[in-house]
Amino acid sequence: MSRTPEPSTSVPRPLKLAEQALSRLGVSGRALIIFAPAVWLTIFFLVPLAVVFGISLSTKQFGRPPYSNLLTFGEAGTVQLTLHLSNFVKLFSDSLYVNAYINSIKIAAIATLIALALGYPMAYFIARASDRWRNVLLMLVILPFWTSFLLRVYALTGFMRGNGVINNFLGLFGIEPLIMMQTDFAVYVGIVYTYLPFMILPLYTNLVKLDGTLLEASADLGARPLRTFLAITLPLSVPGIIAGTMLVFIPAIGEFVIPSLLGGPGTLMIGRVLWDEFFSNTNWPRAAAVAIAMLIVVVVPIMLMQRAQSATVER
Amino acid sequence: MSKQPLIAADTRPWRDPAAKPFVRINNVTKKFADVAAVSDVSLEIYQGELFCLLGGSGSGKSTLLRMLAGFETPTAGTIEIDGQDMTAVPPYSRPVNMMFQSYALFPHMNVEQNIAYGLKRENIASTEVGQRVNELLALVKLAEYGKRKPHQLSGGQRQRVALARALAKRPKLLLLDEPLGALDKKLREETQFELVKIQETLGVTFIVVTHDQEEAMSLATRIGVMNQGEIAQIGEPTDIYEFPNSRFVANFIGSANMFEGVVTEDESDHIMIDSPEAGCAIYVDHGVDCAPAQRLWWAIRPEKILLTRDRPDGVANITRGLVDDIGYLGDTSVYQVVLDSGKKVRVTKANTMRGDLEAIKWDERVYLSWAGNAGSVLTA
Repeated sequence: MSRTPEPSTSVPRPLKLAEQALSRLGVSGRALIIFAPAVWLTIFFLVPLAVVFGISLSTKQFGRPPYSNLLTFGEAGTVQLTLHLSNFVKLFSDSLYVNAYINSIKIAAIATLIALALGYPMAYFIARASDRWRNVLLMLVILPFWTSFLLRVYALTGFMRGNGVINNFLGLFGIEPLIMMQTDFAVYVGIVYTYLPFMILPLYTNLVKLDGTLLEASADLGARPLRTFLAITLPLSVPGIIAGTMLVFIPAIGEFVIPSLLGGPGTLMIGRVLWDEFFSNTNWPRAAAVAIAMLIVVVVPIMLMQRAQSATVER
Repeated sequence: MSKQPLIAADTRPWRDPAAKPFVRINNVTKKFADVAAVSDVSLEIYQGELFCLLGGSGSGKSTLLRMLAGFETPTAGTIEIDGQDMTAVPPYSRPVNMMFQSYALFPHMNVEQNIAYGLKRENIASTEVGQRVNELLALVKLAEYGKRKPHQLSGGQRQRVALARALAKRPKLLLLDEPLGALDKKLREETQFELVKIQETLGVTFIVVTHDQEEAMSLATRIGVMNQGEIAQIGEPTDIYEFPNSRFVANFIGSANMFEGVVTEDESDHIMIDSPEAGCAIYVDHGVDCAPAQRLWWAIRPEKILLTRDRPDGVANITRGLVDDIGYLGDTSVYQVVLDSGKKVRVTKANTMRGDLEAIKWDERVYLSWAGNAGSVLTA
């Protein structure tokens, strides 16, 4: 019997029929798949974002809710839209906010660089390890996620406080206790510790795909190992570096828990400022403006990096 | 085994016992966790040769090549290139370049940057690098493609970039791992000749690894046939084809009809073999190093057997069979003939006439005959 492919008309396929019926209504399968996440994002992201943006354009007032309405209804059916830009103006005029933003970006950037410097060799080593070890090492990277983030950060205080593990250990050698808690140092430790896996995993997935014959070809053409790394491995791992950097830098900017638990009063980060405005000052409009401005601070680097990534991926 | 006549102006240094080999592989063994990929291989390759390492997968040919490039270290033995011991020299310090089977072009660099990569590792002025790159691009006929990235090139173009990159540093020895393996048949044949031409113009010594015996035959000055980590035979293509030294080589290179038999006459100028499988006495017109009554094999190539309807004159080297199948390949036809012993014999015949009505057809009883020097006597 010949087995030439023929269009299968004999078997009834309910899904196919449904698809045909939908396509007659102008609904394609692709639109259906995108529909669900689109609804989800609209309800739980876009709408709340619009609400926050609306609040940022109002002013603080006592009562419930603690901000003014944007729309007021006057006599004779007039509707008045009142937009207050004062919150945004305040962000630029009050050095507290500007400093908090700059400081957040600085801390996030330095922590990201440290995470990259630590994570790259780790990812490289895991990618080059034998099959048996690779899974074990990856497991060790992922393992901390099995414990609550909050608990782990809190546990770091046990290490770094005045009579904590590190100082007790140093004390055995007669070294004076170091002050680590409530410093920027502790915040760096906390951020790097927490976000290191987010740096390692994308770098690992990139480096593990690196074609070993390219490294051999480079060596064959006279490049020593360091030159091979700089000319071949590093440029080819740029997409992994970008992905890891984004995954660390973006959450680190808005980090609230780590500076609150580990940082001192001097560690000014935008997450804490936002918390204070919202809960201590009950200034919802100001807090909303801080949040919107932070969103812009975060979205701009994402867009820049995505452009850089699409430029390198195009090949 | 008979010797071929020596030609007057012999340019083949391997026939000159005083010639100094350029590459000398001495008793090299490479083991991967107790399994020997290459075992006790010794090989001498001369300046300007195009040497083919031919073997099936797992024969150790690629491992041997990787040891020459320096990517693998021999478990035992030494490798000398141009009189210097290279066994412990890292790949980046060897005067050797390699063209990889996958080409291994750097995807983030364009064609020029790929070719210039090796030159930039030496302190060469950038103007000279540019000049050399242009020369190489012209050599491989890619002058227009310098600014393209590898993914914008066809398979054949990538192959030529890989060749240009490997030649850029003017290595004394170029290693090519299945250089034509990824190309389609037509392109492969064209590229073969280009490769030989480039090799002859530049005078670089080439060592080519291939599993394709046709490729090896048409490219090589000499072929080293590898089997299970060992060199089975080294020789010029005609030697390997016409005078295989073992049943493995006879079967691996081209196709051969193999008959088992017993020596009945062992004279200095001829021997006779009785082979029930062949259904006749086999007369070999030269002396062979064997003993009377020794069991051995006799191999004959399909194109060296003559098919006739009438019995040719003579006593030996004539047997009968029935045409079982005919494969028409255009230039030749392949006949499968079943001998009276049940042995199937493959015979090829050139189709020199168009629409030959006299051609032998299916189910005909035919005589098979051959000359006294047509076959090879194999004792291993």
